[in-house]
Amino acid sequence: MDEQLKIEMGKQGVFITSLQELYNWGRKSSVWPMQFGLACCAIEMIATTMARYDMARFGAEVFRPSPRQADMMIISGTVTKKMAPQVVRLYNQMAEPRYVIAMGACAISGGPFKQGYNVLKGIDRYIPVDVHIPGCPPRPEALLHALMTLQKKIAGQPLTGEDRPRHLDAEAQGEFPVPHQGEHDLVPTSNQGVWPVPITIK
Amino acid sequence: MKTVEEIKAAIEAAVPGAEVEIVSNPGPAAEHSLRIGPAKAVEIARFLRDDAELALDFLSNVTGVDWPDKEITEKVKVTRPVTKTVDGVEQTVEETVEETRKHVQPGYLETVYHLYSMALKHGPVIVRMRTGNRTDDVALPSLTPVWRSAEFQEREVFDLYGIVFTGHPDLRRILMWDEFKDHPMRKDYVEPDDFEYEPTAHDEVLARHKAHEAATAGSAEGAGQ
Repeated sequence: MDEQLKIEMGKQGVFITSLQELYNWGRKSSVWPMQFGLACCAIEMIATTMARYDMARFGAEVFRPSPRQADMMIISGTVTKKMAPQVVRLYNQMAEPRYVIAMGACAISGGPFKQGYNVLKGIDRYIPVDVHIPGCPPRPEALLHALMTLQKKIAGQPLTGEDRPRHLDAEAQGEFPVPHQGEHDLVPTSNQGVWPVPITIK
Repeated sequence: MKTVEEIKAAIEAAVPGAEVEIVSNPGPAAEHSLRIGPAKAVEIARFLRDDAELALDFLSNVTGVDWPDKEITEKVKVTRPVTKTVDGVEQTVEETVEETRKHVQPGYLETVYHLYSMALKHGPVIVRMRTGNRTDDVALPSLTPVWRSAEFQEREVFDLYGIVFTGHPDLRRILMWDEFKDHPMRKDYVEPDDFEYEPTAHDEVLARHKAHEAATAGSAEGAGQ
């Protein structure tokens, strides 16, 4: 409906909204992160929650120690191949709707350890990531920006139709396969449904 | 603190049958180390810790080193008899010829222990142990019973280099997962081919890029390249 009319009616004490707007406003204003850190980015994540940056302003201050109570997973740091199955398992244990922020160079790509033998080249190989933040580590402002980006994304989600979020789609797949630790590498090396192997064109 | 020569003499006096060799460091740091034989290693370690003059009560660091097989080329002067015709007369003359000889120095794995004394505030004393080879004779005695702080570091050396420490209380992999088969810090470790596009590949990364391209040519992944 017309934004201007809505504002005018608000001035008169009549508030108009749609179910979708109200629902998404509720969702985006209480994104509870899961309390876990993987490496040095976790220190910046902790700083973001403290008084100076105050993540509570965005309704995301309640860090839950259990995946069952959390809405958002902040992958804060290097994901080693030894840790990757546990991260995917924690994501599987979270209830829908759930979101993922990949924080820092390591979480999005492997970072300085990309060509190493024991670091995953980005967590988006196994679970769907909503927001990627570059930086080593990203500043608290960057994490807040990522949170705001995620809130915008949530606010723009339609409740019906093709683009509806996964938790409103009965057909959507909710369980993501946990990689198996093989003799030389993780098996499989990526989840093709989430992350198709990119093809470089010369 | 005693010099390495004095420590070597003290060990030989205290532990009968101990095999100790000084490995000198020609660099400006001149931190010479002691290579000890694995057979009496625990007795030597106990002596280093308990001796009143050394009192090396603190193990600061355990390191693994992989020394691969090394081909050594050296030029040797050889004297051999050569039959020659000198002034119309056939004579046998001794002649010196330079010959190139190659031989392979077998590789081994090594652990290095850095010891300090908290009581007497001196150190480090560097102790090394070497395995017989890099394949089947890779056992060394664990020094965890002497210095408890060696436990995790010996596990790391076992994980990354494959040195088996006999007498270690809990020898499992520590950084890689239990199902992992390789020893990634060894020089001949072959990584899984998981190369991905790098915008500015150079040196080793460029070599991996080329190897990956060659390996994936014809497959679905390489088709678009």
